[in-house]
Amino acid sequence: MRIAVASGKGGTGKTTVAAAMAQALGECTFLDLDVEAPNAYIFIKPEILGRETARIMTPEVDESKCIACAECSRVCRFNAIAALGTVVVVFPELCHGCGACEMICEPGAISAGFREIGVMEWGKAGGIDFYNARLRVSEPMSPPLIRALKEKPESWKETVILDCPPGTTCPMLEAVRGSDFCVLVTEPTPFGLHDLEMAADALAELGIPSGVVVNRAGLGDARVHEFCRERGLEVMLEIPNDRRIAELYASGSGLLESVPEMADSMKKLVRKISGRRAA
Amino acid sequence: MKVCITSQGRDLSAQLDPRFGRAAAFIIVDTDGGDFQVVDNKQNLQAAQGAGIQAAQTVAGTGVKVVITGHCGPKAYRTLAAAGVKIYSGASGTVAEALEAFKAGKLSDTGGPDVEGHW
Amino acid sequence: MSANENARTVTVISGKGGTGKTSIAAAFAVLARPVVVADCDVDAANLHLLLAPRAEQETEFMAMPIPEIDRERCTSCGECHRLCPYDAIRVTGEDPPIFEVDPLSCEACMVCKEFCPEKAIDEKDRLAGHWYVGESKVGPMVYAHLGIAAENSGKLVTEVRKAASEVARKNNSRFILVDGPPGIGCAVIASLTNADMVVAVTEATQSGLSDLKRVHDLASHFGIPLNLIINKADLNAEVTESIREWARGAKVKIVGELPYHPAFTLAMVKGETIVEWEEKAGEGAEKITPALKKIWKRVEEDLGA
Repeated sequence: MRIAVASGKGGTGKTTVAAAMAQALGECTFLDLDVEAPNAYIFIKPEILGRETARIMTPEVDESKCIACAECSRVCRFNAIAALGTVVVVFPELCHGCGACEMICEPGAISAGFREIGVMEWGKAGGIDFYNARLRVSEPMSPPLIRALKEKPESWKETVILDCPPGTTCPMLEAVRGSDFCVLVTEPTPFGLHDLEMAADALAELGIPSGVVVNRAGLGDARVHEFCRERGLEVMLEIPNDRRIAELYASGSGLLESVPEMADSMKKLVRKISGRRAA
Repeated sequence: MKVCITSQGRDLSAQLDPRFGRAAAFIIVDTDGGDFQVVDNKQNLQAAQGAGIQAAQTVAGTGVKVVITGHCGPKAYRTLAAAGVKIYSGASGTVAEALEAFKAGKLSDTGGPDVEGHW
Repeated sequence: MSANENARTVTVISGKGGTGKTSIAAAFAVLARPVVVADCDVDAANLHLLLAPRAEQETEFMAMPIPEIDRERCTSCGECHRLCPYDAIRVTGEDPPIFEVDPLSCEACMVCKEFCPEKAIDEKDRLAGHWYVGESKVGPMVYAHLGIAAENSGKLVTEVRKAASEVARKNNSRFILVDGPPGIGCAVIASLTNADMVVAVTEATQSGLSDLKRVHDLASHFGIPLNLIINKADLNAEVTESIREWARGAKVKIVGELPYHPAFTLAMVKGETIVEWEEKAGEGAEKITPALKKIWKRVEEDLGA
């Protein structure tokens, strides 16, 4: 079972919940797919057992073979390649790695080169198989790195937890795709509500069933709960607004370290999710 | 020699367009005879990214040796430079005025991009 | 060089989400009034909830066109499915199988269209969202609404940023205040273009510091000076000190520290910036505003405006 943990708004406690679920289960595969701002390692504290640079295809041109047909430039939808006679200029930062230029080049002057987009790491924390990745600074595109990390594990435990990036655009969609269920973590504030609506709509579009965890319950107002009732979204768990939790979080303590009894709530949450799947 | 001036309109009396990649049109003038031709840049105005690169390729394809414009970003600059085209930025006024300024040697070769790149 | 000769652009970013970036940007907007505001966090746009703009101009934002397979012309050869680099061609049924584009996986590279032996693939335009120019509490505001599961947010950020700079030029404004997105990817890079200064809002947590370092690397990469605000600075003295220490080492100026305070949320629930909310609460209730005023003054001085 693949459980994605996402949120429209950042900073609602997505990583806190994902890490606590993993720790409560004890046995699972955990992927931190928030490659722009990966933080799950702080709470899971894995022993790192491997590291690999992730690359995507980007064209390399052998100008001696170029026949100045300019097909490579015509076929590139991302304007990442300019053909000026037999001088071909490539802009790797615009390249999406689709390979169209290589496929179209009649004389075979273009071959697949690679550009580094980030670094993937993996390791273990008890029964948790942990994976994360860091987007190279100044690299604009995170989805290829998210894809690469999702393909990295050679074996999967029965439960897989995906800590997803915030928002509702490409990186978030790439991360949640293929999940059996998505937990949306929100806070009961106007910002939390606004972004929860966006995220719930995106998941409906993808056809992924979802439920809500309300973090910092007691803060703000009742509109998140009203929204969930109207939309038939189940509020699966509430985590109280407690300054103490925030203080311990600050120093890198996970939810289960600051509130050990939350372990049962997390196990219950996972049981509810598998129940929803079976139903 | 053929030069290109970025233009907001379709003739020599039009205002120079300070943008290169997303200029409304390019006016290609032959400084020897005064003949000119208008090259549209419409398809590029909506480009998701790399408008400057496409524009540079279009312009270089007309055989110009010089581009006169307001500002030129790094990607367009790199492309034009690869094609051996010189860039004179910082021009303003009408297309005809910019051309006169160039002929009078009042504009200088930028030697590099003068604005930051964008998408 | 700034794209605008007069207005100075300050972009507020955070790396990590939920550090208080938008609340602080909204407060700055009130203090810097009149100002042009651009909400470049188009993925999760919240600034309008505090600044209440009324849209005066609406512009459609088109995503890159995606392919559409014409069933009539398609011979089910499957070449598109084989060639698609993003596994975005779905196959349903057998004898003959039906090939369809999954718009949510498609990157719009058009490899399928280019290499379709039957030329059975067309391009379909997609409306991805809208962007607006309107009048808010603090002055003109440019903001956007991205459609459900839409993409190309970097391009939309660029549209918003450019529109804001155009408005600033027309109004002869002194400042453009940009609320940037979280993370360090495409949308963040697009929102940093032409910024004169980055104000990074971090929170005094391990996660906040970890993401702050990455945001700092990004700003340095683009050569934009970065000033730092430590929010929730009283949560954990040790962590706050480690952020200060990092800032000293990285030669990053801390322009202010703010406490972890419920007032931010109380103001948000009322749809107000913290400055307005505290003002209404009256003298003596102003816990955060004086600190914010000091911070904004430092930012202003640093901008040389």
